[in-house]
Amino acid sequence: MSASIEIPCDITPHPVTGMYNGKFGVWLFLASEVMLFGALFSSYILLRVGAPEAGPLAWPDYRTNHLNVPLATVNTMVLILSSVTVVFAWYYLQLHKFAAARACLLATIGLALVFMVIKYFEYSHKFHDGLYPSTHNFYAVYFTLTGLHGLHVLGGIIVFAYLVGPGAAMWKYNPAKFTNRIECAGLYWHFVDLVWIFLFPSIYLL
Amino acid sequence: MSFATPEDARKHRNIYLAVLVALAVLTGVTVLVAQMHFLSTPMAVAVALLVACIKGGLVASFFMHLISEKTTLYGILVICVVFFFVLLLLPLATEFTNVST
Amino acid sequence: MSTHAAAQAHAGHDQHGSGHDHHAHSSWWRTYVFSTDHKTIGIQYTITALCFLAFGFGLMLIMRWQLAYPSDPIPLIGGLLGKSLVESGVLTGQGYNALGAMHGTIMVFMAIVPLAVGGFGNYVVPLMVGAQDMAFPRLNMASYWVFLPGGLIMLASFFMPGGPAASGWTSYPPLSNIATMGQTAWLIGMIFLITSSLLGSVNFIVTIVQLRAPGLSMFRLPFFVWAQFVTAFLLLLAFPPLEAAGVLQLMDRVAGTSFFMPQGLVVSQKLHEAVGGGSPLLWQHLFWFLAHPEVYVLILPALGIVSEVIAANTRKPLWGYKSLVYAALFLGFMSFIVWAHHMFMTGMGTTLSTFFQITTMIISIPSVIVLTALIISYHGASIRYSVPMLFATAFLPMFAIGGLTGLPLGLTASDIHLHDTYYVIGHFHYVVAPGTIFAMFAGIYHWFPKVTGRMMNRTLGLIHFWFSFIFINGVFMPMFFMGMAGALRRQYDPEAQLHAETVQGLSRMVSYSAWCLAAVQIPFVINFFRSIWSGQPASQNPWQATTLEWAAPSPPPHGNFAQVPTVHCGPYEYSVPGERRDFCPQFEAREA
Repeated sequence: MSASIEIPCDITPHPVTGMYNGKFGVWLFLASEVMLFGALFSSYILLRVGAPEAGPLAWPDYRTNHLNVPLATVNTMVLILSSVTVVFAWYYLQLHKFAAARACLLATIGLALVFMVIKYFEYSHKFHDGLYPSTHNFYAVYFTLTGLHGLHVLGGIIVFAYLVGPGAAMWKYNPAKFTNRIECAGLYWHFVDLVWIFLFPSIYLL
Repeated sequence: MSFATPEDARKHRNIYLAVLVALAVLTGVTVLVAQMHFLSTPMAVAVALLVACIKGGLVASFFMHLISEKTTLYGILVICVVFFFVLLLLPLATEFTNVST
Repeated sequence: MSTHAAAQAHAGHDQHGSGHDHHAHSSWWRTYVFSTDHKTIGIQYTITALCFLAFGFGLMLIMRWQLAYPSDPIPLIGGLLGKSLVESGVLTGQGYNALGAMHGTIMVFMAIVPLAVGGFGNYVVPLMVGAQDMAFPRLNMASYWVFLPGGLIMLASFFMPGGPAASGWTSYPPLSNIATMGQTAWLIGMIFLITSSLLGSVNFIVTIVQLRAPGLSMFRLPFFVWAQFVTAFLLLLAFPPLEAAGVLQLMDRVAGTSFFMPQGLVVSQKLHEAVGGGSPLLWQHLFWFLAHPEVYVLILPALGIVSEVIAANTRKPLWGYKSLVYAALFLGFMSFIVWAHHMFMTGMGTTLSTFFQITTMIISIPSVIVLTALIISYHGASIRYSVPMLFATAFLPMFAIGGLTGLPLGLTASDIHLHDTYYVIGHFHYVVAPGTIFAMFAGIYHWFPKVTGRMMNRTLGLIHFWFSFIFINGVFMPMFFMGMAGALRRQYDPEAQLHAETVQGLSRMVSYSAWCLAAVQIPFVINFFRSIWSGQPASQNPWQATTLEWAAPSPPPHGNFAQVPTVHCGPYEYSVPGERRDFCPQFEAREA
């Protein structure tokens, strides 16, 4: 068959929405992610305000919750930095500086791995202290929310590894689309950062 | 989006770096406020959420370029935020007024 | 974008295009199994969903035996069912609960939604907007191949120790938290199904917004597309909370957390080991935050299909197209703030129950607007009573009965009496079974010639319609009386309640109607398969309809249109005065 399928707005933005398909799709996906984390935050608040004032089920606060604030602060900075490196990867692609963009993407993956390693130390320390998800609902919330966020970080690492590795070939024959892909992956990554920005104070500091 | 001129590109770069600095400072503020323990709990919650909202706003506006998007996306995100607050507040209100508690 | 980049983009595009050419010649696997063509995916969804529909219906037929003849051995198949369901040929209480839970889950999440959205949406929406495919063809394929494992995991749970999930399709904790392994399979299956819906809904929204043919403004879209558009938003924003709830319940079951476990829960005279402090009501909130919009996910595509069929067969423009569209949008919005009317009996305070009662009454307004507009569309029409039109016409009173009987459930005072009785079962089944499923049948008869290039047989269609119409009312109408008499739903032994004895005769009538209803689906199955191969050949536009899918050949080739159509007018230009024919297709320019 000779009819080749050409999907409109695959690369260039739609005149009304101002977005190409991929970017629109990622934003919609992020909207649903907002609802996913919204439900989890809602559960967290509901369980916390419903907890008794005293006794074994009382909710621990920042003085008694045994969470490692310095490590989490470092992790916050690591994620923020990785967000900046992603945005610079896109920036350099706009300027057709592929090598610099690649370096930025590799830095992002590196920072994401640092985040995961720190997370690993945090978790294993908790387990070592006998604090499990089943210990108390605070730890249930802590492990579930940070765990799900960690899965998102893992997903981001896989996406960026693909874009730096086999996916980078696209830069040669379709640079505009490759730049778009970096922008889309970046949007997702900034969202992961954004979730952490809210998770960090609400779990570690309150 | 693309950069029309080298100045334009430089302007973008400077914005990204400024946001980075702002985020770092605000992270420090949150941690310090929480660690100093000089605020009552409701105040501490308010400050922490306020700072988180500012940080989130910066990330969304400049890193995710929300500031230069068009109304279609704003409309969708507004709906999403409305439902987000519905999901956050209505169950809470229902639980608080439950006759069995 | 600079010209340099644009030129490169163009070069890339050519290469991209040739990649697709390659695909067109590619293997059987890529054409029929792992296809990215929206039409193939739509057919895959339709066939899979129809199989699940039959299976879910079958479960109910077994349950109806127990309800008609309590504790009698099930004839014919009683010996074939596993130990988790029957004991010496008699359905066990646990087995009854399992069948009930799986009937609901399968019908809602694996049959109707995939059929309405995955099947009809996938096949028809790109054609109706004049696109060559969905915006993300590979994502579309992924959504089917995530849906199928989700469905298979659910089916696999029938073979697990302890049988499948048995805590109702709502899976309320703490019962579901302490249930057997099948519940874990249920949760994992749900996470797959939700992910699949999510991928699909992103694809639909982008396709409808960005891929419309030239001249096709939003207010020239057929109502079916609008309905799918609103549905996609509901799936996008309402499903994630259930995904979150699923993750939390999975944690409760696997990691021993207590998100939904209250303190001091006693199970089989033993204190449960979970530390407690959780809230069972939290699950209900998260579940119904999804499940009420889900009701509109079930009904909106049906309304869309019915509108298309009615417009084409009344040969008139739909009455109040714009009010239909605004009603659908309002319906979608409101559906997010009514959910707790499912929870009036959980000790909710009066302020909040009044709030949810008011929103529930408000949401009935747009439904009535839609129904009224469709009924007025019949006024003064020269109606063609084709088989799809019969199903669409039957849909209207059935949906009306379903909707109106919902009002007493939305009012707190009457809900106290009717809550959890057969009245509720009758109410929502009228919406979904003779409502949505009839609309699905209308859609199948209506678009069958487009999909296969052949018409379905009218005589068999008439037999299918009339007998289905009679028996389906025989199934659901008595339930209202049983419910008002106080017969409870989810009751294994109908003789357990003395006051329900008086309506046991009606229960038996329901069972007989259900079995007859199953029997009269046989003409449909015969018609379906016979018409694929030996039906009367159909032209490109056999119903003389106006919307864009009829601009494509029947069946449409890969890429749908020989040339992307240009749209010249609104979707329902029928019987325009002064025109040569009684329909002016959107894709044809009118002579001045």
